[in-house]
Order: sequence, then C-alpha cells, then structure tokens
Amino acid sequence: MTTTLDLTATDLRAVNTTLQAAARAQANEDYEIINPRGAHAMACGLDGPLAVTIKGSTGYYCAGMNKEATVTVEGSAGPGVAENMMSGTVTIEGDASQYAGATGHGGLLNIKGNASSRCGISMKGIDIVVHGNIGHMSAFMAQKGNLVVLGDAGDALGDSLYEARLFVRGSVKSLGADCIEKEMRPEHLKILAKLLDEAGADAKPEEFKRYGSARKLYNFNIDHADEY
Amino acid sequence: MDKTPQTEPRQSWTFSNSINSEIRRAADTGIYDIRGGGAKRRVPHFDDLLFLGASMSRYPLEGYREKCETAVTLGTRFAKKPIELKIPITIAGMSFGSLSANAKEALGRGATMAGTSTTTGDGGMTEEERGHSEKLVYQYLPSRYGMNPDDLRRADAIEIVVGQGAKPGGGGMLLGQKITERVAGMRDLPVGIDQRSACRHPDWTGPDDLEIKILELREITNWEKPIYIKVGGARPYYDTALAVKAGADVVVLDGMQGGTAATQDVFIEHVGQPTLACIRPAVLALQDLGMHREVQLVVSGGIRSGADVAKALALGADAVSIGSAALIAIGDNDPKWEAEYQALGSTAGAYDDWHEGRDPAGITTQDPELMKRLDPMAAGRKLRNYLNVMTLECQTIARACGHNHVHNLEPEDLCALTLEAAAMAQVPLSGTNWYPGKPGF
Repeated sequence: MTTTLDLTATDLRAVNTTLQAAARAQANEDYEIINPRGAHAMACGLDGPLAVTIKGSTGYYCAGMNKEATVTVEGSAGPGVAENMMSGTVTIEGDASQYAGATGHGGLLNIKGNASSRCGISMKGIDIVVHGNIGHMSAFMAQKGNLVVLGDAGDALGDSLYEARLFVRGSVKSLGADCIEKEMRPEHLKILAKLLDEAGADAKPEEFKRYGSARKLYNFNIDHADEY
Repeated sequence: MDKTPQTEPRQSWTFSNSINSEIRRAADTGIYDIRGGGAKRRVPHFDDLLFLGASMSRYPLEGYREKCETAVTLGTRFAKKPIELKIPITIAGMSFGSLSANAKEALGRGATMAGTSTTTGDGGMTEEERGHSEKLVYQYLPSRYGMNPDDLRRADAIEIVVGQGAKPGGGGMLLGQKITERVAGMRDLPVGIDQRSACRHPDWTGPDDLEIKILELREITNWEKPIYIKVGGARPYYDTALAVKAGADVVVLDGMQGGTAATQDVFIEHVGQPTLACIRPAVLALQDLGMHREVQLVVSGGIRSGADVAKALALGADAVSIGSAALIAIGDNDPKWEAEYQALGSTAGAYDDWHEGRDPAGITTQDPELMKRLDPMAAGRKLRNYLNVMTLECQTIARACGHNHVHNLEPEDLCALTLEAAAMAQVPLSGTNWYPGKPGF
C-alpha cells in the first residue's frame, strides 16, 4: 500500500518527519509525494529502507544524505540532488541541476535526463549514471566511485581528480587538470556493464571511453605547478 | 697602518637577513613555505586595550566573593536544543589528521571538565573525540571529508565553515606525510598523497544557496542543532550580516591570528584582518539587524588569557574560541623537547612545521611513537586548569568593572593605548574621550 503525502496540505517538516520515521522503522513502506512544487530539502536524511516517489519536480537538495532509501523524482531535480548520499538509489526521470551527487559516498544516482555543471563534484564513492549530457567542471576533485555519462561532457571534466572512474560515451569538451584518458580494461567493462544494467541504460560498455587521474598532482612537485 | 675610514656595513630593512633567507630557500626548493599556526607578525591586538576598572563612577564587586556568572547559551535563534556552556570559552575546530587522536581526546577531556565544547575539523568525527566531548560541534567544511549523516546527528551543533582567519578565501593542502591509513580511510583518499581541500563548498555558491543548505541540515537533524557559520576576519560587517541572513544561529568570527594546520606562510601573514579590527564591525552588523545577542557571536584568533576573553566580550562577543592556546596548554612547543625541536631546525616556541608530522610533543602528528608522548588524561587536566584560569581572570576583571556577569562587560569599560587600537576597537584613546572616526568630532 502506498501512503500519499500532499505538499499543499502538509508542510515540508511534517512530510520529512513522516518519511524519516518510516525509514528508521525499517518498515520498507511506499510513499508518494504529490504537489511538490519545487520544494527544497524534500525526502532528505532518510536513514533506512523506504520507497518514495515524488510526483513532480523538486528544488534544492532532494534526497540529501540518503541512506538505503529508494527515491524517485518523476520530474526534474534542482541543485544538489542526493548530495552526500551514503547508499540506496535516487532516480531522476527528468534533468538534474548543478552539483548532482556532490560529495556522495555510496549508492546509485540515476539521472535519466541531463545533468548540469559540477555533477559528481568531490564524489567519494557514489555511482552516478547520467543518460544525457553533463556540464562543466563535473567530477572536480572526485575521490572515489564511478561517473557514467551516456551523452557528452562539458569543459574541464575530472579536474584535480583523485581515484574516481569516469566513463563517457559521447564527446568531452575538455579535460581538467591531471585528468587523462585511460585504457578500458576488462575489469572496467565489467563495472560499467553492471552500472548500465542497474540504471536501465540503453548502451554498451564498449562504446565508452574511460578517464581518470594522471596522478601527477598526488604529491606536490614544482614542475607541475602550472596544473594547480 | 691606519685603516681608511669606511661606512659601516648596514643591513637593509627591506632585504633583511630573514627575508633574504626566504628568497634563497624559495630559489633552492621552488615551493612556497608551508607551515602551521597563525600570523607571527605583530598586529594591533587585545594587549593594546586596557580596562578602566571601577572607582567612584562605577562600583566594583568584591573579588572572589560576590558572584560573577560566566554561563553562555549558544544557538537560541532557531535550534530546539541550544548549547549550554558553563564558561564563555570554547575549543576551536582542529582536525583529526592534523592532530593526533590523543590530542583530540585531551581536548575533549579538558573541555568537558571545564564545562565547554570542542569542535571537530577537516576529516570527520572520531570515537575518541565524540566519546570524550560532552558537547561537540561538528564542522561542515568545503572538503566534506568524513561527512556523514550519522555523525551529523551525533553532534550537538553544526558549524558550517565558510572561511578561516588564517586563510580567508583559501583552500588547504595537507601534505601526504600525515595521510596515514586511518586518516586516509576517513577521508576516502589513498594513503600518503596530498590532501587538497577546495576553498569553497562544492554544492552552494553564495548566501542565498546557503540559506537553503541550512534548511536541509535542519531537516536532517530535526531542527535540534544550532547552526554556526564560521567566517574568516576579512569583511566582518558584510559577512556577519549575510550569515545572519542565511539563517545562522551563531556566527564564528576568526581573525588573522587564528591558526591553521598547514598553509602558505604568505597567506597566513598577508591575508585577513587582525581579530581586534573585526569584532566591532561584526557587532555593528548584528545591532543594525536587531540581532545582537539573538544570534550569538563567537570570536577567535589569538585569544590567550582571561584578559583577552574579557576584552572580546566587552567589545560585544558572546564567547570566544581557542585553538593555538589550547594546543600550547596541552604541551605544544614545550621547551622540554628543545633538543628535538633543534634537530628539526626549529626551537621550542617557534616550531610550526606541523604538516611534516614529526611533532616531538606528539600533538600535530600521526606517528604512533610520537603520539604516545601525549598522555590524554594528563593533557586534559592541563587544558581544564588553563580554561579555569582564563575564566577566573575574566571574572576578576568583570567584577573590577562592577559586573555580575561577564556578558555585562561593555566597550565603556575599555580604553586604547594606541591610535590604531582606538580606531579598530572604537574605544577612546587612553586619557581622552575620543577615538578616530567617532561621530561628532
């Protein structure tokens, strides 16, 4: 059974309190939020198994710091969707604004449309699949995890990258400092195949190129000062 | 044979021996000097202010007999659970990674015994720190190293770090020597590589965004925790006003004498404003918004004694925060390690190469053998003693000025020894009733 929460009748605090309590109770329940009207901080801080479907578009920081919950936005998401996510799955049926999945530690962020700039900035273990394109400075200082882009990437992809893996099927406008194209080995094809399958993406791993850190900035060297 | 008279060799002030030495070092190594600590240059400071004390026109309280309260509550604006402290002195954010686990434990023990809070830092929350800190403020930093919702909820308050006094506008680079397995694990980094920290938060781009970010943090933590916003002392009026606008419960204002784990010396010495110069503009911003005392102001950056505490409070702060002084209290730069400091090319009192991880005092290191030198229980007691002394000093001064609570100290209790201090603190030059810029003159 699905419980419906209407944001025209219930305020954000009450909606989040209900969802957070249900998540903590480990009850694996289904909720839907209607009339979201772009509200900020919706379904954030969920800490347990729970399925939430948002019937429309959201504002900033939807599903922020998610743990275990499955959140689906049947619309587009504002800035910072699934920021610092720890686990679980967040799916955006439309587009995502800037810094989607920022600093995320785990789980899957599945964006069916396009993502704007700084997608996956400082990611720390999250997996992000973008079915469309991503904007500039995506994966800036990304540490761990995988960013998969079925479309094109904007300027300065992977600038100052640590150990995150970036897979792009389309074109890359430019690579950021210390980011290089790398060999696609069998283990990478395997990782990619799994992620594409989980995200329901219509693409083959062999169509992608892999990008990663050249590791020249890992320890300060004056000969690389112009890269900083 | 008589020597021909010659002009005596004369050092250039501009190109002094120390400046020349730094030029040679830069030429040899090709890298700017990175160090820890705060500004070492002399800038106008609390020492340039004096208390007037009471005589006829004011009536003093009896020292040590008549009560002078010290308690402070932080976070009364929005939070369901404000922070209640017994003293107006808190421990500033310093990271595990920069500091050893024993040092963090000592800070927690000492602060808890004295009835005040400690603060995490870049790198997340450790069990040692949470376990020994009755009140713990969780720093939310641009790097978000170690950030997770569990620790967010375990904290007593959240401090969003926007700027730091030692390097307003600057990011960080902790060299790889201190990125041990545990530190790397907490920060999701490979062991031994340099930890770069961004200079601004990755997922918001200004005070309007920050307001929404704060909403998210409050929603995640059930609106219980006070939200502090920490800014570096650069443009204190506007930064304070915008922090209030963004929804801060508490503004933490860190002047240029505030320390850092490791950053460029040129940054530490040449960016930002002295703590003394930052307080009055910040207080004015709060007053202009009708928020003075509603949004609390915590001042940090070079606080060393009860006199400094009393002066900051008199200028309008609600509390102060100490970092460097707390480290010294638990044994940083102790002369008993002089031989080892010299072996590192330094001397007790000047050792600041904290990023190298070879601190003989076992405080700014991750070396297990060096860490053992710091007994967290004994060091915690030292910090407790130091905090108690500062509090007693502050109370003594407040009583002498006729106040039964340290928060009743006011600018009228002060005079300035120098024109610079008079202008910056907006208190009269000693012997006059005038300060530069005072309206009506």
